[in-house]
Amino acid sequence: MFSRAYKFAITLPPLLWVSLFLLLPYALMFSYSFWSVSSTQTIIHSWNLSNYRELLSHDVYRQTLLRSAWIAARVMSFSLLLGYPVAYLLSFHAGMRKNLLYQLVIIPLWVSYLVRAYAWKTILGSDGVLNTSMQYLHLTNHPLQFLLYSSFAVVLTLTHIYTPFTFLPIYAAMEHIPRNLVEASHDLGASRLQTFWRVVLPLSIPGVLAGATFAFVLSFGDFLAPLLLGGPSGIMISNVVVSLFGAAYNWPLGAAISFCMLGLVVGLLWLSEKLERRWTLS
Amino acid sequence: MRRNSYDKSPRWLWLYAVVVFAFLYLPIVVLVVYSFNGQAVGGFPPRDLTFNWYRQLFQDDAIWSSVLNSVIVALASVLIALALGIPAGLALDRAAFPGKGIFRRLVLLPLVLPGIITGLSLLMLFREADLKLSLLTVILGHGTALISVATTEVFAGLQKLDRAHEEASLDLGANYLQTFWRVTLPNLKLSIIGAALLIFTLSMDEIALSFFLIGRDNTLPLEIWGRLRRGITPEINAVSTIIFVFSLSAIVIWYRLSTGAQGEPALAESLPLVNPK
Amino acid sequence: MSSGPQQSSKVATLEARAPSPVQQSSLLSVRRVAKRFGKHAVLRDISLEVAAGEFLTILGESGSGKTTLLRIIAGFEHPTSGEVWMSGERLDLLPPYKRRVNTVFQSYALFPHLTVEENVAYGPRVAGVPSSEIRPRVEEALAKVRMQVFAKYKPSKISGGQQQRVALARALVNRPKLLLLDEPLSALDANLRRQMQMELKALQREVGITFVFVTHDQEEAMVMSDRIALLRAGELEQVAPPDEIYNRPATSYTAQFIGHTNLLRAEVRGGTARCGVLSWPAAAPDGSALFSLRPECISPAGTNPNAAKFQARVINYSFHGASELVHVQTSDTLTLTVRSSQHGVLRGEVQLEFHPEDAVPVRESEK
Repeated sequence: MFSRAYKFAITLPPLLWVSLFLLLPYALMFSYSFWSVSSTQTIIHSWNLSNYRELLSHDVYRQTLLRSAWIAARVMSFSLLLGYPVAYLLSFHAGMRKNLLYQLVIIPLWVSYLVRAYAWKTILGSDGVLNTSMQYLHLTNHPLQFLLYSSFAVVLTLTHIYTPFTFLPIYAAMEHIPRNLVEASHDLGASRLQTFWRVVLPLSIPGVLAGATFAFVLSFGDFLAPLLLGGPSGIMISNVVVSLFGAAYNWPLGAAISFCMLGLVVGLLWLSEKLERRWTLS
Repeated sequence: MRRNSYDKSPRWLWLYAVVVFAFLYLPIVVLVVYSFNGQAVGGFPPRDLTFNWYRQLFQDDAIWSSVLNSVIVALASVLIALALGIPAGLALDRAAFPGKGIFRRLVLLPLVLPGIITGLSLLMLFREADLKLSLLTVILGHGTALISVATTEVFAGLQKLDRAHEEASLDLGANYLQTFWRVTLPNLKLSIIGAALLIFTLSMDEIALSFFLIGRDNTLPLEIWGRLRRGITPEINAVSTIIFVFSLSAIVIWYRLSTGAQGEPALAESLPLVNPK
Repeated sequence: MSSGPQQSSKVATLEARAPSPVQQSSLLSVRRVAKRFGKHAVLRDISLEVAAGEFLTILGESGSGKTTLLRIIAGFEHPTSGEVWMSGERLDLLPPYKRRVNTVFQSYALFPHLTVEENVAYGPRVAGVPSSEIRPRVEEALAKVRMQVFAKYKPSKISGGQQQRVALARALVNRPKLLLLDEPLSALDANLRRQMQMELKALQREVGITFVFVTHDQEEAMVMSDRIALLRAGELEQVAPPDEIYNRPATSYTAQFIGHTNLLRAEVRGGTARCGVLSWPAAAPDGSALFSLRPECISPAGTNPNAAKFQARVINYSFHGASELVHVQTSDTLTLTVRSSQHGVLRGEVQLEFHPEDAVPVRESEK
């Protein structure tokens, strides 16, 4: 139905832009990872594998990577734990109040990340809301130190940030489940619990996969929360990269780590998409 | 109307939801409350309600210039993202070309990719191109990353569009450009406005990408970030509260607009990035 | 008892139509059920008895409330007032999964993530039937609907008609006391539909389960049912076997809804009904009355002295395969429809006649 000229007109501009500003930069980052930095802080464009060797040989990189993955895994799990039941409740049991509740879940999403992270800092600090109120209520005698500047704080904050993100695709997937399937299940003798387990849950998996991937990947690459709340025990892999582009000035090494992260993330996304496709029907 | 016990939603589920909502809103409530707190530090209970911090805020020049910068960046980003996102959405809906799958994933990638990766890769591009970091580089970064939002909204809007309307227009003698202008675009109005609002808000709050691409002029989030690094200042509470109110209004407007006609906003359905087409 | 015309071309007479089941013990008892959604009354004061083993069709236009009534029996809606009983026990207080009732949904509602045989096995599995027993039952159910070959297929891979059969098997495998079918054939094309009507009828005979079938298609209702319950705007217009509903409609609505008819408004005086140039003996009280006269009851004038005769002019005709419908007009511009099994015979000025018994008095329905 559409002419070739029309198709060209709509395809070419975005294609060119995306190639220039997305594809090319990634390729550039890839190239950078094979270069090195001189003592005078200039980039030497000579191709070698020294950066990757550095990554493999020093434990600190591996440890930080694993810690980041562990934090991301916890964030993913908790946000699923919080987001899934709410999505189920809204989709199947909320009736008239569904839209209002949906908006209530979405609103925190649009409060700036920085604002929310800062709010948690206020709450968790030794002079913060949580500590002072607990002392006020005589629950504790002295401020709990682990609340702030720890991986606990990072996990807590990131869970708070990403729970609505996890909620959205799960809710969308549940809304897509035809209600007559639930009726059919009841008609055939399944109780509410059985219906949830045999019909709703399997059909919501694509949404769960999408939400989980989202939460994991974004937490994994986060560097702001660790900087604000992480302290020395909460350093994540992105912080390492940031310092390599800042004070520690080693762009090629930073590029190498970034590119590994990119590869990991793209790999996870591809895997998730494959699994989603297998679980998506109709 | 009589109801069986089978109909009632489980009470514990509602309780759980309340707990989740409390968790989600706790920091926001604290923020707003403490922006009026007389004491400098966030102790409990808050004492001396005051508008002091808001007053100090209004006299803070650095903040205001960063707000101006943010607005400029946001508006420019909206333009870029729409200018490229609308054709991209159209292309995904109706054009077939080699590499379409890769194109789709590439366009949507910044949505799921941690900002640091997109930011650093663009930084390297600008360095190689010898482009100095400034608001322009931030605009380019935001615009590029937010194309994904525009594309998603437009694509979803196109799904709801009846192809028959465009076919009727062509049948009645209008050419492709006229059909696009008179039929397609008006029907996408809602999607485009929604996308614009969303992109504007996201750009105003964007920090991860901006972190690497910023020059001498700060955007609002980065200005706040700078102060945060130096310690907690209660002004921040005031600023944050204002930002919250603005974001909230923008999103409520967006939501009212989009549910007026169509139902759930497109972004909810697009987050499962799998689009088996 | 008036015997209608032998060839009712609209009603395909099955070779062996079983006699109506003896209505001693009714399986399902709907007692004064009413349903309101907000201010809108969908069902008003419905009372209905369904006998064990019968094939009952609830027939009605869209908006008549037929689907709502079905859903109340299935358990997806609660009556605003009234009760539903089954086998001497209160049904409407039970949730759907505790009722010995199964439903074949209009959209089939097959679980997309399960194969055909897993779909059919769903009910037994949920009830805790051991796997060893489930397999033969599933095979038996699939064999009954001739879908064994497709056992391992996913629903998205089979056609609409095939999905419908799987939905049927899935319901039947549970050996319910009552099977509800919500317009299951409406999505099928005409030929497949006719075939499925026959199959469903035969299947019901074979398994002996009570079927309550909902449709808006009056032809379908007449073909398949032991009894038809005609629903109009939330009220039961008439409940009777197909031939009774056809030949002795109770109201003008029934007469017009089922098949074609001529509605004659006549003045009765002293045992004679007069409608324009038509007059015939009628055992009705004096006054205004409405009569239903089926098109196939009007034929070219013959030698029968008891027939009511009249003259008319043919103004239009249409081809209906085995017969043709001819529109005639009398001298006082009364228009009648005549069904003729012989094509091209009735043209121009014609002499027609009908038996007075075929003019059935009907109650006038409100608009």
